[in-house]
Amino acid sequence: MGERGLRLSQICIARGEAILLELDLHIAPGEVLTVMGPSGAGKSTLLSLIIGTLRRDFNAAGRVLLDGRDITDLPTAKRRVGILFQDDLLFPHLSVGENLAFGLSADVKGRAIRRARVETALDEIGLTGFADRDPATLSGGQKARVALMRMLLSEPCALLLDEAFSRLDTARRDQIRALVFDYASRRGLPTLMVTHDMADARAAGGKVIQI
Amino acid sequence: MQRIAWLPALTLAAMLGPVLAGLVGTILPALGYFPAAGADRLTLEPLQDLLAWPGLPRATWLSVSTGLLATGLSLAIVALITAGWIGTRAFRALERLLSPLLSVPHAAAAFGIAFLIAPSGWVVRLISPWATGWAQPPDVLIVQDPWGLAMVAGLVVKEVPFLMLMTLAALGQTDANRALTVAQSLGYGRITGWMRTVFPRIYAQIRLPVYVVLVYSMSVVDVAVILGPNTPPTLSVQIVRWMNDPDLALRLQAAAAALLQLALVLATVTLWWLAERAVAWLGHRLIATGARGRADRMQRQLGLCAGAAVAAAVLLGLLSLAVWSVAGFWSYPDLLPNSLTLRTWMRHGPDLWTTALETAVIAVTATGLALLLALGCLEAEYRYGLRMRTGGLFILYLPLLVPQTAFLPGLQTLLLSIGADAGRGPVIATHLVFVLPYVFLSLGDPFRAWDPRYGTIASALSASPDQVLWRVRLPMLLAPVLTACAVGIAVSVGQYLPTLLVGGGRVQTLTTEAVALAAGGDRRAIGVHGLVQTLAALLPFAAAVLLPTLIWRNRRGLRHG
Repeated sequence: MGERGLRLSQICIARGEAILLELDLHIAPGEVLTVMGPSGAGKSTLLSLIIGTLRRDFNAAGRVLLDGRDITDLPTAKRRVGILFQDDLLFPHLSVGENLAFGLSADVKGRAIRRARVETALDEIGLTGFADRDPATLSGGQKARVALMRMLLSEPCALLLDEAFSRLDTARRDQIRALVFDYASRRGLPTLMVTHDMADARAAGGKVIQI
Repeated sequence: MQRIAWLPALTLAAMLGPVLAGLVGTILPALGYFPAAGADRLTLEPLQDLLAWPGLPRATWLSVSTGLLATGLSLAIVALITAGWIGTRAFRALERLLSPLLSVPHAAAAFGIAFLIAPSGWVVRLISPWATGWAQPPDVLIVQDPWGLAMVAGLVVKEVPFLMLMTLAALGQTDANRALTVAQSLGYGRITGWMRTVFPRIYAQIRLPVYVVLVYSMSVVDVAVILGPNTPPTLSVQIVRWMNDPDLALRLQAAAAALLQLALVLATVTLWWLAERAVAWLGHRLIATGARGRADRMQRQLGLCAGAAVAAAVLLGLLSLAVWSVAGFWSYPDLLPNSLTLRTWMRHGPDLWTTALETAVIAVTATGLALLLALGCLEAEYRYGLRMRTGGLFILYLPLLVPQTAFLPGLQTLLLSIGADAGRGPVIATHLVFVLPYVFLSLGDPFRAWDPRYGTIASALSASPDQVLWRVRLPMLLAPVLTACAVGIAVSVGQYLPTLLVGGGRVQTLTTEAVALAAGGDRRAIGVHGLVQTLAALLPFAAAVLLPTLIWRNRRGLRHG
């Protein structure tokens, strides 16, 4: 077993000749690292490198290690890195419960057991009885909570936040942000947050780097 | 991961293989090589025989003139309506009619037009005898007129909806509204402003579809058989006549004519291309004068009238097919039959059922294959990060840019030469050539417009690429997938020449049966067949609209206008 947490080892992302960014950092379990920078600086590109969806016109060097496991060349589905975007991206053709079941690990077997896990998860985020609801009928804050829970049910080992709170109104934003950071620290998830909102960075309380 | 990487190559082969094989099968007999008919040396005789045919100059001229006229008129009407009316209620009304108008098969629309404008058709009945004084149907050749004007009308009513659809798709990628606002604020009229600022951008994007219309109009057979002149007919119709002649030697002449048809189409498209340059040059000069344009109002009215006439011609034509199909005794100049009866339906019912089934088997198989290939290509593009360039788009249009009459006769000859049995299999493969581009074009935009972050999210939740496709992407894209299916089925149902030639006359679909009735002139039978043919193309569209709303009735996020 190697070092715990998320390590970005000597990462260099380039597009053609132009080097977009160079990084070498480590995020400990439960720590939130904030990355800030103007648009076009490569914040989202960094996230797509970690999650494994980097576009072909970029080339990258360096390794991504998660809990000592080299995930650099793994397909997205095998990396166990959870991600939240600024949109909730709940699957519109699935009910709220089905969205959560989509995230729930396939190792949890049995209809009744899976159903019960989904119900418990809904209770946990204050949405008891919402399993059969159409996600489009939920409020913004409710959707954000479902998206968060869907991601957590897949038992990720790290968490990426891509401007995850920027679409929420101020009141909800504080609430959801607190919820996400709370889960991240309780589960010991190394978290990388990309944002352009200083308030996000302050709330995270961790290190901030500018790119 | 690499499992679907070979699909684009297979798609290319399915689309271009028959075209290339058909062209080879055309060129060889045109040069006198046709062992099945005992001809095995290269000679220019077929070409000389063709040139000796007295009808050739007239047939050639008809192909060129009707093709150019139909394309020019269709484009002008589309430009006028869009320029004058986009964003208005009248335009939205026409837009709603677009899908049904598009799905009406060419043959059915042509029969409808014939029923309207014939000397004993609805138009004459409507104004006789009180306005015209005609107590008998006038003895004039309106349908199948020697100039091919009726045929041009039949083509225009079908090509306007097609070009309109392409224009609307192109408009989505153009900042048209603001360009028009800027032009209008500079004092230009609505039409003048649109033509000078938006049209050039639109045209650049619909150029290939316009060429498709030109090629199609020049080489169409079913519409020409129904509405076109007879003595001589257009070159394409004559090719088919020679192909169907029991005398195998005439196939050599048909092949030579098919080659001529290909050359003719190439020359005409080149001519059109040159005309584009000329119009662009003139346009620049005109723009430089700063003239603000007059007669805006009149042009708008003209556009609206033309658009309404196109829609009305198709819809009233279908209505007259329907009335004739249940007409008992119907004397001239009564506007409606004296009695209604289901006799014609009863008489043709059993045969129709068999034919409809054959039509459905061919259409569903061809569309299913096309869907698999198109989805495979698009998914491969997504997974391997490929990008389709202009060249790819051109290849997609290629089967539609080669005149049918140039390669289908060759395909038949080739099948005959290698002793392959003409029948359902080859017919389906040939339908696929035409269905595939339309399915691909219809599916491409919505498939690529899908937010890839859904895929990222699903993958991050441990879903494999296949699971992302089947459990997330395709369910979300149900509506466009079904629309693409409906487009594919409509294209297949409407195919005449591939079924006739490649099927060797032994595969009967609703379209071949309907067109075969054209010569007989039994209006009641034509009414029944034209109507069933239209339904076969229209019902899938209705299903494509209804099913997603039904399946996703509790999913607001998937309901859209």
